[in-house]
Amino acid sequence: MVMTLFYITSAVAVFATVMMITRLNAVHGLLYLILSLLAVGVLFFLLGAHFAAVLEVIIYAGAIMVLFVFVIMMLNQGQKTLEQERAWLQPGIWIGPSLLALILFIEMLVIVVLGGSADTDHVVNAKQVGIALYGPYLLAVELASMLLLAGLVGAYHLGKPMLKTTTEGKS
Amino acid sequence: MNGIPMEHGLLLSVTLFVLGLIGVLARRNLIMILMSLEVMLNATGLAFIVAGARWGQADGQIMFLLILTLAAAEVGVGLGLVLQIFRRFHTLDADSLNGMKG
Repeated sequence: MVMTLFYITSAVAVFATVMMITRLNAVHGLLYLILSLLAVGVLFFLLGAHFAAVLEVIIYAGAIMVLFVFVIMMLNQGQKTLEQERAWLQPGIWIGPSLLALILFIEMLVIVVLGGSADTDHVVNAKQVGIALYGPYLLAVELASMLLLAGLVGAYHLGKPMLKTTTEGKS
Repeated sequence: MNGIPMEHGLLLSVTLFVLGLIGVLARRNLIMILMSLEVMLNATGLAFIVAGARWGQADGQIMFLLILTLAAAEVGVGLGLVLQIFRRFHTLDADSLNGMKG
C-alpha cells in the first residue's frame, strides 16, 4: 500500500517538475512548482518524517512561493497588467495542476482513512527532532539564525530603490 | 523495516536534482533559474530525509531543516538581486547580462 502511494507520488513529483522547467510563462511554472513541492511533502509523510512534511508545506509551498508570486507581480507593473493577469489565469491553465492536486488530495484521503496501515513503522516524530536539534546540533541552529539574519540584511539592502544612485556616486 | 526501499527514494532524489540542474542550465529567465534552484535544494533535502528514514534517526530531518533555512535565505537575497537587475537593465534575460564593469 505504501509502495503504491510512493510510486504515484513520485510520478506526480517528476511530472510536475518536468512541466515546471518547460513552461514559458513564469506563473504557469510556479503553479507546477507548488505541485512538485506538495508531492515531495507527501513523500516526506510516507517516509515517516511528519515534521519535515509539515515544514515543507508551510515554508516551501507557502512562504517561499508567496515571495516568488510577489516578485513576479512587482516586475509587471504597468497599464497592461490586467490583460496580462487575465491571460495568465486562463481556465485551461488550471486543468493540469488541478488534476495533480486532486491526485495528491485523494492520496491524503487514503492515508487518513486507512490510518495506521498506510503509515510506515519508522516514524521519526517531532519530539526526537527537537531533542536532537537543541542538543548536539545547537551550534547549527545558531549558525542557521546567523544565516537568516545575513539574508534579511542582504535582502533589505538589495531591495532599496536608491542603490543605483549611491553606487554611481561612489564610482 | 521501512516499506520503501532506499534506492528508489535516492533515485527519485537524483531525478529531481537533475531536472532542476537542466532547468538552471537551459532556462534563461532569472525567475525560472531561481525556481529550478529551489527544485535542486528540495531534491537534496529529499535525499537527507530518505537516509534519515532508512536508519530511523532524526539527523536527516535536522539537515532538511538547515537546507530549508538556506533556501529561505537564498531566495530572499536572490529575489532582491532579480528586482535590482530588473530596475537597472529592464530585462530578466540571463544572456543579456553577461557584461561586467571595469
